Amino acid sequence: MEYRNVPTTCIYCGAGCGLYLQVLDGKVVGVLPNKAHPISQGKLCVKGWNAHSFIYHEDRLTKPRIKMHGKWQEANWEEALELTATRLTEIRNAYGPDAIAVLASAKCTNEENYLLQKLTRQILGTNNIDHCARL
Amino acid sequence: MEPALLDALREAVAQALDGLDGVVALRADRGGGVPHLFRSKEELSALALSPKYPLPAVLRLIQEAHPESKLGIVCRGCEERGLIEMAKRNQLKLDPVRVIGLACTAEEARECRCEKPYPDVLVNTCVGEKVAGVTNELVQEFLTRSTAERLDFWQRQFAKCMKCYGCRNACPQCACPECSLEEELWIKKGEVPPPFPVFHLLRAMHTVGKCVGCRECELSCPAHIPLTLIYTLLRRDVKELFGYESGRSVTEEPPLVTELEG
Repeated sequence: MEYRNVPTTCIYCGAGCGLYLQVLDGKVVGVLPNKAHPISQGKLCVKGWNAHSFIYHEDRLTKPRIKMHGKWQEANWEEALELTATRLTEIRNAYGPDAIAVLASAKCTNEENYLLQKLTRQILGTNNIDHCARL
Repeated sequence: MEPALLDALREAVAQALDGLDGVVALRADRGGGVPHLFRSKEELSALALSPKYPLPAVLRLIQEAHPESKLGIVCRGCEERGLIEMAKRNQLKLDPVRVIGLACTAEEARECRCEKPYPDVLVNTCVGEKVAGVTNELVQEFLTRSTAERLDFWQRQFAKCMKCYGCRNACPQCACPECSLEEELWIKKGEVPPPFPVFHLLRAMHTVGKCVGCRECELSCPAHIPLTLIYTLLRRDVKELFGYESGRSVTEEPPLVTELEG
C-alpha cells in the first residue's frame, strides 16, 4: 500500500502551472494543484486537472509506427529513425530546407525541445519550428 | 509556535502509527505540504502542517483500493466534518479510521472565516490550542445588499468562470460518477463562461447538506470567485429550514436524503 504525490509541471501550455500527480500503488490516479507553486498558486484549468488522463490512454503510442502502403505498421526505433533521416535528407536536397517544418511538443522536456530546435536549425537548416504550447 | 505544534503532531501521528497501516497527512515538499500516506515513523521528519489539502478525499481513494486497511488521518475541524458527511453517503467507512485532531490557529480560522476551526466529534483531544470560531463578516456585509445588487454581484462574479471544474474536482464531497455539470441537458459543451445561473446554482444545490465549509472550492478557483459565500448562505438555510448542520454529528441524517418537507 503506497500513496504519494509527485511534483511536476502541467504539459499543456506555456504558463507552466505546478501540479502533483497522485500515485496510488505505483499507478497515477489523479491530479492535485500545487498550492505552494509560485505561478499557479494552487489553481489549474480544466486541462491541468486532467493532465494525467493520457498516461494510460489506449490511444497513446508507445512504439514508433511507419505508414507502409497506406497502413500503419509497428516498427523499432532503428527502422523509424533510419527512414526519417533518409526521407528528410531527400526532401531537403530536392526542395530545400524550408520545405521542412518541425513541430515540437509541450509534453517533452525543455532539454528535448532544445535539442529538437538545434537539429532543426543546425542540421536541417530551417527556422520552421513551432510547438503546441504556443496557445 | 509552529515548530512546537509540528512536534506535537509528529508525536501524535507516531503514536497512532503503531496500530495502523498508515496515516494520511501532509508531507513537506518545496516550500509547501502535500498529501501523503505515512507508513513508518522514519518518514515523519517530513511531516507538515500546511497548506490545507482535501485529505478526506485522499483517505477515500486509499480505502477504496484497500477496503480492509486500518488508516489514520490528520483532521482539522472542516476535515472532520467532511469525513462525517462522506461516511453518511457511503463514501468511506469511519469505523476502521483513526482520527488525529489538529486545531487551526486563530489566523487560519480568520482566513477561512471558519465557524468551528477544530475537530471534536470523532476525537476527544486535538493537537494545538482550540480557538473560537469566526463571525463571517463577508456574509454579514453581503446580507445588507439589495436583491438587485446581489444579482448584479453574482452575474459579474460568474462571468469570470472559465469552467475549469476546479470547484467540483477539489470538493471532497463531490463524488458522483456522473456529474450533472457535465450533462448536455443543462450545460452545453465548449461554452465559456457557463450559463448563468444554471451552472453555479446546480453545483450549489448539490452541496446542500454536504458542504462543510472547507473552502477547497474557493481556493482552487483561478477566477477568484467567492464560492463559499453562496455555500455559507445555503448552510444557513439548511440549518434554519431543517435544523441540520453538516458534520455536526455522526448519527443525524441529512435532510435531502431523508425528508422532502421542511
